[in-house]
Amino acid sequence: MFKRSVFVAAYLALSAGAAHAEFSGGVIKIGVLTDLSGTYSDISGQGSVIATQMAVEDFGAAKKGMKVEIISADHQNKGDVASSIARQWYDRDGVDAIVDLVTSSTALAVNQVAKEKNKVALVSGAASSDLTGKDCTPNTIHWAYDTWMLANGTGSAIVKTGGKTWYFITADYAFGHALERDTTAAVEKAGGKVLGSVRHPFPSSDFSSFLLQAQASKAQIIGLANAGADTTNAIKQGAEFGITRGGQNFAGLLVFITDVHALGLNTAQGLIVTTSFYWDLNDQTRAWSKRFFEKHKRMPTMVQAGVYSSVLHYLKAVEKLKADQDGAKVIAQMKAMPTDDPLFGKGRVRQDGRKIHPAYLVEVKKPAESKAPWDYYKIRTTIPADQAFRPEKEGGCPLVK
Amino acid sequence: MNAIFGIPTQALFGQLLIGLINGSFYALLSLGLAVIFGLLNIINFAHGALYMMGAFGAYFLLTKFGIGYWWALLISPLAVGLIGVAIERLMLARLYKLDPLYGLLLTFGLALIIQGLFHNEYGSSGMSYPVPQALQGAKDVGFMFLPIYRGWVIAVSLVVCFGVWFLIEKTKLGSYLRAATENPGLVQAFGVNVPRMITLTYGFGVALAALAGVMAAPIYQVNPLMGADLIIVVFAVVVIGGMGSIMGSIVTGFGLGVIEGLTKVFYPQASNTAIFIIMVIVLMFRPAGLFGQR
Repeated sequence: MFKRSVFVAAYLALSAGAAHAEFSGGVIKIGVLTDLSGTYSDISGQGSVIATQMAVEDFGAAKKGMKVEIISADHQNKGDVASSIARQWYDRDGVDAIVDLVTSSTALAVNQVAKEKNKVALVSGAASSDLTGKDCTPNTIHWAYDTWMLANGTGSAIVKTGGKTWYFITADYAFGHALERDTTAAVEKAGGKVLGSVRHPFPSSDFSSFLLQAQASKAQIIGLANAGADTTNAIKQGAEFGITRGGQNFAGLLVFITDVHALGLNTAQGLIVTTSFYWDLNDQTRAWSKRFFEKHKRMPTMVQAGVYSSVLHYLKAVEKLKADQDGAKVIAQMKAMPTDDPLFGKGRVRQDGRKIHPAYLVEVKKPAESKAPWDYYKIRTTIPADQAFRPEKEGGCPLVK
Repeated sequence: MNAIFGIPTQALFGQLLIGLINGSFYALLSLGLAVIFGLLNIINFAHGALYMMGAFGAYFLLTKFGIGYWWALLISPLAVGLIGVAIERLMLARLYKLDPLYGLLLTFGLALIIQGLFHNEYGSSGMSYPVPQALQGAKDVGFMFLPIYRGWVIAVSLVVCFGVWFLIEKTKLGSYLRAATENPGLVQAFGVNVPRMITLTYGFGVALAALAGVMAAPIYQVNPLMGADLIIVVFAVVVIGGMGSIMGSIVTGFGLGVIEGLTKVFYPQASNTAIFIIMVIVLMFRPAGLFGQR
């Protein structure tokens, strides 16, 4: 079954007399490959398509005489579906760059296809830090966040406040495994101990059995190495089974603002979350998020913010090169130029393909503290850009000499 | 502490009980499917979507009208049942003379449309529905902490399942129904309005799905995909139990819930597939299902 929806937004070139750049097929074509119908469609999905459109508008492609076209498709969170769409896009439809790629299994699959075809993949949705570790390629940049950032932010913060023993409830695929591995390392480094873990099929709706096993482990902290509806269901059912009343606490290792919105502050209050973007950080993020909200009726997640930022930087690099055919060359240009956008501020892209920016350790507000809809986070600590991500030489990426 | 295969017996009892709770949902949903298939010969693929609508019904009643769980338990199934009646009258009734495959295609299409509409409007993360005041909290039953609401789910499900079984297998109304499926012409000749009875039966089966939806709302996120996740398993339950067998779907529903619960202890990664492995084995040795006659 190959469900594919295509939204086309063509920004026509003003064919002024200016010197024309050599774009393949005369157009820069960006493909948003994401989850449009499943469990991750709120954190990425249509919102990522909107973020891409906003990036193209804000870049001012039309004014600069660059023709940019956006298409999108639903990969259903399946690696095989994602790689076959990617092949078709790169080979037949003239797509130059694929963005978003939520779900690590799809990102890892497309990562390989992009390298093989020498095109561009800009990952914002997926989390696995392997994308800039052993699986890094000269054709991929990992943008918004990764499992190391989450583990380092949330994991070490919780150990420092006394959560010494951990038990993991882990989604049984590439992302969950990577998040569990990175968090275990962070917890042990901070002096904590991991007592065990249970792996649940992805996606799951009933977590009671796994929660009982976590309860029986007597660990102080139950680490949720999953995302989206899996996380919200686990937290909601944990409240039912008296997890917090029994003295245990949840650590939601990957919680998006849409998850907090879905849970409601009553259930979500007090959760410690690591995020690389929050709409209410400063005037620029507020202004941009307001525009986004008008189009999408939801506040942006860090994935959607990452998609915007990555597309903007990609277009800048292509503008500078005046060419988009050679994927590795475009990526090299993106690494050479510093990044700057209203959402993540100034930053850069490392040799291993990791985009560097600050991360924020936040706490979910109590219902009484929240002044308006979507007013959910208190910033506890800002983790500076050079500490937020795994040091370049520790990832094992062959591109780092 | 005693242990079985390295698992403490206490933990094992807990898991068995949880299996029973999940089994309650399987039983309630497969029961509706079995009623609809057994009496109408329709493979109702829209069942999951209607279950989801039941849960959304409860959510709307609470947020838009301030009507709580207890009334939702009544109103939401009634409302969804009426939608079911409309579906049967306007669409399914035109297909009875054709191959059952057409009914399957129609209901499958309906399920996709309903899910798509809700997804478009409410996204995928869903909404929270609180546990009703009277059923909040949990009870220490010795080997585990049993949330009172979950105990309630088992109780309601058992009562409803056996009530429906009794209604169809042991009462006069049930005998009319069964007779009407065997030979509608003859039953009509005795003065029974067969088309109306069939319409109401479909509405009833659909209302059962919505009832399960309302019961599920406080446990799971009220989410447009909640039915799609469950319906495949429920179909496996119906196939294992024997298509159209009421008792078969009840017993297999609870039984498979328990087996799935045990898989989650011994090899959690396989808990989504365990039921399908059982389905393959059952179909190899008893193609008509455990309780099936055809």
